Amino acid sequence: MNSQSDAVPEHFDSQRSAPAAMSETRPFYWSVRRELWENRSIYVAPLAAAGVYLFGFLISLIRLPQKMRALSTLDPAHQHAAVTMPYEFAAGLIMATTLIVAVFYCLDALHGERRDRSILFWKSLPVSDMTTVLSKAMIPVVVVQLVAFAVTFATQWIMLMLSSAVLLGGGLNVPTLWTQVSLFQMSLMLFGHLLIMHGLWYAPVYAWLLLVSAWARRAAFLWAVLPWLTIFAVEKVAFNTSHFAAMLGQHFAGGGQAVASEGMSPVIGVQFSSLSSPGFWIGLAIAAIFLAGAVRVRRYQGPI
Amino acid sequence: MTVAALPIIEARGLRKAFGGTVALDGIDLRIDEGRIVGLIGPNGAGKTTALNAILGLTPYQGELKVLGRDPWTERDRLMRDVSFIADVAVLPRWIKVSQVLEYVAGVHPRFDRGKAEGFLAKTSIRSGSKVRELSKGMVTQLHLAVVMAIDARLLVLDEPTLGLDILYRKQFYDSLLSDYFDRSRTIVVATHQVEEVQHVLTDLMFIDRGRIVFNCSMDEFEMRYVEVMVRPEQVEAARALGPMHERQALGRSILMFDLALNHGDRQRLAALGEVRTPGIADLFVAVLGDKPGKAGEARGNYEGVAR
Repeated sequence: MNSQSDAVPEHFDSQRSAPAAMSETRPFYWSVRRELWENRSIYVAPLAAAGVYLFGFLISLIRLPQKMRALSTLDPAHQHAAVTMPYEFAAGLIMATTLIVAVFYCLDALHGERRDRSILFWKSLPVSDMTTVLSKAMIPVVVVQLVAFAVTFATQWIMLMLSSAVLLGGGLNVPTLWTQVSLFQMSLMLFGHLLIMHGLWYAPVYAWLLLVSAWARRAAFLWAVLPWLTIFAVEKVAFNTSHFAAMLGQHFAGGGQAVASEGMSPVIGVQFSSLSSPGFWIGLAIAAIFLAGAVRVRRYQGPI
Repeated sequence: MTVAALPIIEARGLRKAFGGTVALDGIDLRIDEGRIVGLIGPNGAGKTTALNAILGLTPYQGELKVLGRDPWTERDRLMRDVSFIADVAVLPRWIKVSQVLEYVAGVHPRFDRGKAEGFLAKTSIRSGSKVRELSKGMVTQLHLAVVMAIDARLLVLDEPTLGLDILYRKQFYDSLLSDYFDRSRTIVVATHQVEEVQHVLTDLMFIDRGRIVFNCSMDEFEMRYVEVMVRPEQVEAARALGPMHERQALGRSILMFDLALNHGDRQRLAALGEVRTPGIADLFVAVLGDKPGKAGEARGNYEGVAR
């Protein structure tokens, strides 16, 4: 706080009755909250997806006792897959929803404030462009993922409770269901997957979208997508190869190892081992460059 | 103990060009503490660009210090001591009144939420309303309530009452003067609605084509400039005294004199007709009158408010 810049106009500050002390993190905290006030879709969309899914699941419960009886004849591996399938599907649906929410959030985050001229209000407050951009990056990287986790956890919990109630009513074996659906382990894996894959591995995408939304005057989505399509097309036409697309594809599959074909099944160790791959850190470095660009661009921007 | 007034804003050779268009053409100015300065000029004269430079919203060439800081590199720090209302509708439409107060209280160390709520209690704005549900006048009241609850040194207003009805406009300046302004604060206001700020200002600056073309205090303005509605038979005699400007209204000639130049005293002019202090708009036209292209434009802009 006591940097040189604070010392220069001392004769101005010395006149104040009360020194204005404020923690540096407070503007950041309030800026993140502000984003949640503005973008309620961050939690409304996954909640709606969960609601729709639960409704469908409720109807499917009619066939549950019958299904459980049929399952008992199968071998354990197939049994496990068949029982946990609806739970993984719920997680997948909510994840897909939050991914879409995150992408559209980023595209609008620094564009909407210029479109409605409110940037002039935000810039009239003592909040730096860096704080603003970082608080907006915080949403897709952390907040959206935490919301996705909480909603998925609650949904799966409700599913398990409903199933247990139905099985109890039919006089069937509930403990079998509970041993198959290990909610705790599943949630731990989901948590790692959301924060590491959807948060950090995808961070360069969010950062790129934020940069475009800070810079583009209109059609932010086109500007966000076109450069990459162009590179892909030129490479294809010129060399008839698609290394670029393959490289991106590999990155967003978590360096090609994090997400195995079993979907949610990889053990949590795989998530963390992906952190040691250079691709992960290169991605974060690129994200940092894009965010620095967004901070710089926002400084020059006014209403459009 | 008398303390020399501090320069709140100090600019030397302030320049800004957008491509080939020069918006600010080497402005020198100094605004001291405790003043209410009106920045008056036609559209495109550079008012908003000058204010944006002062607020750290746009880069510039030349020297500029606001409260001793460089606004472009220290905007966020500076905004603790500077408040700013840029025309009317810059509050986001989705936000609730209570959220505006909560957010500003969260990020602004000098904001007094209780004070803002006190101002709002005097209006018909409810804290649960969203900005999009408020009328334009109410949005301005809300913004003003927030700004007046910030203990700032400098308040910058850029067309703060544009598009508001007469009641809200009057209320706006009345509240500013009675509930906000004191000798430790400074206000800079850029506006076209010169009639209603004339009694508010302590200083007057005319800006035209990126230059400050006129700069005086309102005290000086009242001492120095007079307007005489000359009786028809004395028009020639009045013209002989070398008025700075002449116009016709209601079939009478109205001549404006600069007492410092004309050496004419008030008594002599009073003999020619009815003497009064001119409106800012009329002085503006008179000052820019020697530039045919620009004067016509200026006249067009101010016709609506000229008597």
